[in-house]
Amino acid sequence: MAAEFWVIVEHWKGRVSQITYEALALGREVADQLGASLHAVLLGHNAHELASTLGKADCVIYANHPLFSEVVAETYAEALVQLLKERKTRSIIFPLTNVSLGAATLLGARLRLPVVNFCTDIQFAEGKIQAHCILYGGKIESRVAAEGEPTIFGLWPGARPADKGFSERRPPVEEFAVSLSEPAIHLKKYMEPAAGDVDITQQEVLVAVGRGIQSQENLHLAENLAKQFHGAVCASRPVIDQGWLPLSRQVGKSGATVKPKLYLALGISGAPEHTEGMKAAALIVAVNTDSGAPIFNIAHYGIVGDVLKVLPALTKAIESRKGVGSHA
Amino acid sequence: MGGATLTGGNPSSPEVTLDNLLQSPQGRDLLTCIQCGLCAGTCPYGDVMAYPPRRIIAMLRAGMLEGVFKSESLLACVACYSCMAKCPRNIQLTEVLLPLVKEQVFLNLAELPAELHKALDNTLRYGNPMAESPRKRAAWIKTLDFPIRVLAEDPRPVDVLWFVECQNSYHPRGQDVSRATAKLFHALGIDFAILGNEEKCAGECARLLGEKGLFDTLTDYNMAVFSKYHFNRIVTSGTHAYDAFTHRYPAAGFRYQVEHTTPFFAAYLEQLKPRLNRTLHYAVTYHDSCCLGRHNGFYEQPRLLLQAIPGVKLLEMPHNRISAICCGGGGGGMWLDTYYKAKGYERLSERRVKEAVTTGADVIAVSCPYEISRFEDALKVLGHEKKMIVRDVTELLSEAMEV
Amino acid sequence: MNILVVLRMVPDVVEELEIAPDGKSLNLEFARMVLSESDDHALEQALLIKERDGGTVTALALEAPEVDEVLFAALAKGADRALKITGPKEGVTTREAAHIIAGVISSEPGLKGADLVLTGTQAINDLDGLMAPLLAQELGLPFLGIVTGLVPNFSARVALATKEYPRGVRGEFEVALPATFGIQAAEKPPRYVPVAKVRAVMKSRKIDCVSLTETVEPGFSLLQVLEMTKPQPSGHAEILEGSADQTAGALCTILAERGLL
Repeated sequence: MAAEFWVIVEHWKGRVSQITYEALALGREVADQLGASLHAVLLGHNAHELASTLGKADCVIYANHPLFSEVVAETYAEALVQLLKERKTRSIIFPLTNVSLGAATLLGARLRLPVVNFCTDIQFAEGKIQAHCILYGGKIESRVAAEGEPTIFGLWPGARPADKGFSERRPPVEEFAVSLSEPAIHLKKYMEPAAGDVDITQQEVLVAVGRGIQSQENLHLAENLAKQFHGAVCASRPVIDQGWLPLSRQVGKSGATVKPKLYLALGISGAPEHTEGMKAAALIVAVNTDSGAPIFNIAHYGIVGDVLKVLPALTKAIESRKGVGSHA
Repeated sequence: MGGATLTGGNPSSPEVTLDNLLQSPQGRDLLTCIQCGLCAGTCPYGDVMAYPPRRIIAMLRAGMLEGVFKSESLLACVACYSCMAKCPRNIQLTEVLLPLVKEQVFLNLAELPAELHKALDNTLRYGNPMAESPRKRAAWIKTLDFPIRVLAEDPRPVDVLWFVECQNSYHPRGQDVSRATAKLFHALGIDFAILGNEEKCAGECARLLGEKGLFDTLTDYNMAVFSKYHFNRIVTSGTHAYDAFTHRYPAAGFRYQVEHTTPFFAAYLEQLKPRLNRTLHYAVTYHDSCCLGRHNGFYEQPRLLLQAIPGVKLLEMPHNRISAICCGGGGGGMWLDTYYKAKGYERLSERRVKEAVTTGADVIAVSCPYEISRFEDALKVLGHEKKMIVRDVTELLSEAMEV
Repeated sequence: MNILVVLRMVPDVVEELEIAPDGKSLNLEFARMVLSESDDHALEQALLIKERDGGTVTALALEAPEVDEVLFAALAKGADRALKITGPKEGVTTREAAHIIAGVISSEPGLKGADLVLTGTQAINDLDGLMAPLLAQELGLPFLGIVTGLVPNFSARVALATKEYPRGVRGEFEVALPATFGIQAAEKPPRYVPVAKVRAVMKSRKIDCVSLTETVEPGFSLLQVLEMTKPQPSGHAEILEGSADQTAGALCTILAERGLL
């Protein structure tokens, strides 16, 4: 029997998360390198239909239980311990997002298995399954191998394009029975964010506007772009001083310090008072008419141009790209 | 040297605290207050202060000082020395009373404004409020085309220890000033060296704010570093550092001669004049720094330097010399902009820039490291950045020198 | 209500991090250590609970450079006890640290009976796992991470915990006590403690020391670091050329490749 390679399916509020498809794309590659079969492990309640888009995997292993209505790390760990008694796998990829954070570590702790956290890539090289990991807020990169199998990998979003993990093919589903104990943790309710109540320090994507936005009337362009990312609009001091946005949206020495995955600095010159608050962002893209603006010294990518032209062009480009593929 | 009475400079006098305040000479002065209200009237934020100095003294006399500790009003004090300079009784307000009361206000605050909290944490941890690595403090010297001696690498005795200061080490505009200053030292053939990465904040703004523990920690550190090396005098670009070394550090045993770069270069005016070959066609208005001006009386030295530059026309703002309006950066104000904004106070740097613009000058000349970024920011916010630029006096001198 | 806060020192990224000559680890000689950011929040949350409901707060940390300052600051902020575990080698992994700490908690009277074990949700060097679930597993306690609100009900032996989900959504959980929580953010920002107060505490209070009870054999983390490198900073942005539409399209592709779309 061929070796197996597992990807834990992350799903939340009835939808498979984008990171699952990224993980499947990556898992497919590594499984093929290993000559192993790729399995998507779906723990859910009446979630059979979610398996239909997981066809990048050779097979979906599905455990159905009411306790899987919500993602509780302990319940996931307990179920996987039982699964690992019945089946062997070389690796398990866990998505690293808020939804399931902690489950990977818990499983590794329960069974004394290696856990490799903060992965951005996994490959089979030099006879080993190796992970590429990012530590210290992105300042250090590490190549890591595990001593023992199965190895648990915690995977950051963005390892592969999600559309490479998506498939029209309906995979076979193998059901697996679990018997779970009542956890000491119960979800009582979800609380949606209040309208307008935005904590910019908790956003993964920030669309930041500076004086290049020119007037309050143009702010809606930034809002439209932010919506595409499910992110939020923030600003440098001059915009806040004009009263175009509330103080809670200010980034910089006199405002918040933010570390989003993406910071779009639009029409911001990049004075130290501003960059102090955002230079730790994972990816910084700047748009400014001045090619000598200091923001380009800390940005990863730059466009020398008018924010008022680039903003709508970018929003349009994203909208048309999203038209391709109907997943998350 | 003119100006306000030196205080705290006597190493044998015990440290003044709120407990022993009324027994100390400074405290007895407090009791002579005639409640004239000049302090409140001249305070740039006097109109929004629940407890201006006059009222604090009245509460102290009435035994009700605790009431002041519970008010946030003193966070609006930017330690500009206006009250102290104008007080007809010469009461040591900014020097002694206000930091002591502020310390208590501080301890009573439910939550410190975030920006200020960060600045204080950073100063303690990294020796500068900007969370810049101490190991990069002297990185700017590599941008010069001549070497600067760093004492840690070459500890031989030196004439001048140049204490560069935090903004002038790390902030891009501050580094412009440092380059200009270095160029002037070099042109004058001054034997000078810097502490380099061993240099840490002098701590004066922390002290003025009421963070005495932080000030003491920095004083201990700086005194230890100074004692490692041999130098005749300290010259600093930092006006607050100048105050700390001149008025505070003697109580910790500091015995060195200390000068600020502006009056220091003014003393070399005759050597500088022949080197000022380029004509700068600038109308310049000079902003008197609070520490240099009101506190220590250096009003004419910067003006002498500016007038020595060919082509420079000096214009005075209505509030000049003893009446100058503070840029708002002292006493913690540098890190309280958001707090002031939330309260709806006008930013002092904007108030000052509005006045500067009325002179018709092209340049606001300054001598304090905080002023450059504060005034450049204010010019941008007010939409005047095409009308006026901000330059340190040393930058203008350097620009006027032949290359 | 006994609250135990586990604090960890991590390399301070404000300083330039250097790779050791072996090419596989950090050069700790030049690294400065700082309290892990979310551990600071865990301490603040513990202090807030103590102020609201009473109880005792114990701050616990492994020996490390600059840890004394952190523990004295914890005492100055209101912690009742500070405990330092001596003996571990320099540069332990998260898994090794959790094993040592859990060993001490289990064997030290006054720690074992904690109602709440709080620590930060994640640290920047958690390569081999996260502290909170590791502790939970060793101590046999329930675990919940990414917590931004925590209201214990001691008499009912439960706590209401708020967990962060994507896009600003929060979940409210009921957790049976005793339990372990990974704190993402305290209900208020970590308080400022005046330096004079910390200096006074350094003179008047002691940090209790206990030597580690569990040794960690080599290979405990089950990982083998093959190589560590620093990504080379370019110092300047890669400029995308073209019209607004062209550059927008190019940017879109880059963002999609990074999984940001």
